[in-house]
Amino acid sequence: MNNNASLPVIEMKGITKIYSNGVIANKDVDFSVKSGEIHAVMGENGAGKSTLMKMLFGMEKPDKGTIFYRGKPVMIHQPSDAIALKIGMVHQEFMLVPSLTVAENMMLREEPVKGGIFIDRAKAVEETVKISEKYHLPIDPNARIIDLPVGMKQRVEILKALYRGAEILILDEPTAVLTPQETEELFRQLQILREIGHTVIFISHKIREVKQICDRITILKNGLSMGVYNVAEITEADISRLMVGREVKMKLDKKKANPGDVVLKVDNLCYGYGEGKLKVNDVSFTVRSGEIVGIAGVEGNGQRELLELITGLRGIQRGKVSASGLDIRGMSIQKIRDKAKMAYIPQDRLLFGVASEATIKENLMANRISNREYSRAGVIKGGKFTKRSRELIEEFRIKCGGEEQTVNMLSGGNIQKVVVARELSMPRNLIVIDQPSRGIDVGATKFIHEKIFELRDANAAILVNSADLAEIMELSDSLFVMYEGEIVAYFKSLEGVTEEQLGEYMLGINRQTPEQIKEAYYEQ
Amino acid sequence: MGILENIFTASFLYTVIRVSTPLIFASLSSLVARKAGVTNITIDSTMLMSALIGVLVSAFTGSLWLALLCGMLVGVVMGIFMGYFHIMMNTNMILTGVAINTFTNGAVVMILYAFTGDKGSSSMIKSLGVPGVEIPILKNIPVLGEILSGHNIFTYVAFLLVIAVWFLMYRTPLGLRIRAVGENSSAARSVGENPTKVKLIALGLSGFFASLGGMYLSMGNMQVFIVGMTSSRGFIGVAADAMGQGNPVGAMLASLLFGCANAVGNVLQINSFSTDMVMAIPYVVSIIGIIIYSAREKQRKESRVKRAIAEAERNAGAVAR
Repeated sequence: MNNNASLPVIEMKGITKIYSNGVIANKDVDFSVKSGEIHAVMGENGAGKSTLMKMLFGMEKPDKGTIFYRGKPVMIHQPSDAIALKIGMVHQEFMLVPSLTVAENMMLREEPVKGGIFIDRAKAVEETVKISEKYHLPIDPNARIIDLPVGMKQRVEILKALYRGAEILILDEPTAVLTPQETEELFRQLQILREIGHTVIFISHKIREVKQICDRITILKNGLSMGVYNVAEITEADISRLMVGREVKMKLDKKKANPGDVVLKVDNLCYGYGEGKLKVNDVSFTVRSGEIVGIAGVEGNGQRELLELITGLRGIQRGKVSASGLDIRGMSIQKIRDKAKMAYIPQDRLLFGVASEATIKENLMANRISNREYSRAGVIKGGKFTKRSRELIEEFRIKCGGEEQTVNMLSGGNIQKVVVARELSMPRNLIVIDQPSRGIDVGATKFIHEKIFELRDANAAILVNSADLAEIMELSDSLFVMYEGEIVAYFKSLEGVTEEQLGEYMLGINRQTPEQIKEAYYEQ
Repeated sequence: MGILENIFTASFLYTVIRVSTPLIFASLSSLVARKAGVTNITIDSTMLMSALIGVLVSAFTGSLWLALLCGMLVGVVMGIFMGYFHIMMNTNMILTGVAINTFTNGAVVMILYAFTGDKGSSSMIKSLGVPGVEIPILKNIPVLGEILSGHNIFTYVAFLLVIAVWFLMYRTPLGLRIRAVGENSSAARSVGENPTKVKLIALGLSGFFASLGGMYLSMGNMQVFIVGMTSSRGFIGVAADAMGQGNPVGAMLASLLFGCANAVGNVLQINSFSTDMVMAIPYVVSIIGIIIYSAREKQRKESRVKRAIAEAERNAGAVAR
């Protein structure tokens, strides 16, 4: 480490950014990075971390403030300006073209050319190999992006930035989609980059990771900078206090589960015939009333398909799903919801959870619109509609300017609260939740978690999927791990189970015996 | 049966190629725009405008080259015009397309009237045309020569263009960038690419290809401009591109299929079937073609699923025994 001797390579002074919808993303923020350090930018969702970094990479324009590169003021209007200053960014959503190969993605806009007009494809592959060997990041240059696992896609992103000469690398929540093992591998790579003198800016809200590899931290809260600290000199509790302004209780109070009858029964469910490999392969398990069953796994191992089969979004091909004693095969989604009393909180809330241009009121009431209480002869009873939606806004603490506001004006956390309020405010036997806290802040997450426990204690059966290991371990009473469409491990209780242990099952390194896995299915 | 005799002849296949030519141009025009992520529904009106401009310029200047150049230029401008509103001004693609189409259909009549005093066709003025060519050697081969030789230069350009567009899309930096922008424009943006620029270039190319299709109609196939002479070929081109699944060769094959239906219509017309009915044939075939195509795709997928499930059941049964 040479961070004490070196001067700031990047300095941002007095940065203010106000979005057109009036949200203040950054207010008078100072930020500086020294050459050759790993510098964390921490904060809750919506604290302004990504916005600050997007301004550094030219994807947003600051309303006020100046950016200095090695002491000189610079204007960064677009990503190409940042690239010219040897700044590279790995975004949270990968900026890769799925149908193109690794080499094609790497070379995009810097394509080697032969004969004046044609892409020199051999050279593109060669260059990719060269750069991957230089940084010890092996990759298959001819693989198509669509076929790669997440960790590899991220590696392509890092290589892409390095190929463009990046010496300052911004990583936006890089570990959010990785398994513990992939995270370790990423950290090893970042340390190599630091050793050869590169600078890394690491956006994260995971305190432990930051403690593990970063040299210094800048903490943001509500768009303001809470200061810069040497990681060695600050405790986890202090970081957490600075981030959220209150001590986050690391563990929620959770009563012991008291499971009752089986509500959801999945028998030998298979899906994905005719497309090569099965997406869901012979999955059997049960969820009983009053328990939370968690699904752990690296994304893309069949969890999404499984939940969509259970909720009726996909047609069942083989096997059986029964909810509240009803075989759901062939039932319409509305019937499944009403008859089997199932609630569903989908992963992609903007696509499946809300109609973003409709009002909060309309979104809240969408699942009870044909209920006699709220409509007669196809006409909505306006007064009752408004009254109930106001109650829900209050109960679920949705921060908004009233029930007539459109949903797309809300922050991610509040949009999720709209979905949760709609789904969980009707009497339900079974609640299926996919990624409850993706992209939402700590406060909203805590609220949603508490709501989940409350419903469990009121005897609902709950099935939760989350890519966030810490979250799934905290929520679940029992848990199973999915790998390549199969259940590879089942834990009746999470006592004594570590993240590393789960990680081994998630990556397919380890697998329980069929007898152990069978325990996921409770025989009454 | 006179009809069948008329269909199974070399001259029929010659006709198929002749009537497919504008469709190939239109489908390539649609393809290049769609690869960049824009469905261009102004192809038909671009064809019409270029057809008119080519005729007028050739009639008033006497220069064929200048006429072709102006026609192409109009095509490129119209493509970029669409892009300007849709991409830079953020207007709705369909509304913009409809507006441009409606405007063009009116403007064409107005311009025609202003220069010729006629609102229906340019037959009052004498315009130039692009000649046909006999291909040496090939023309002497019986049957094959009759089918493949003696077409308009535009026709040969169309087929060469299929190959050129394939290379453009899959082997050149521009093609790579167009595909990247169409599939994930933020990915392109993150490496410093300007997606707006790439899309405008693609739409310019799209307009350029469409203009060739239009000028073939008024300066190749015929040497006169008639209002409405594109008869929705631009839209059929969009359909052909969709059927070809974004592959230039596929788009060409689909265009030939639609061209074939068109040619059958011509034959039936000669055999004194009701003209109105016959005129509908290519369009009906287009619709049926698309329905059959997607139904087959769906069925193929479903039967693949069914087969796989049945096999899994059998295996499960065998294990149980």
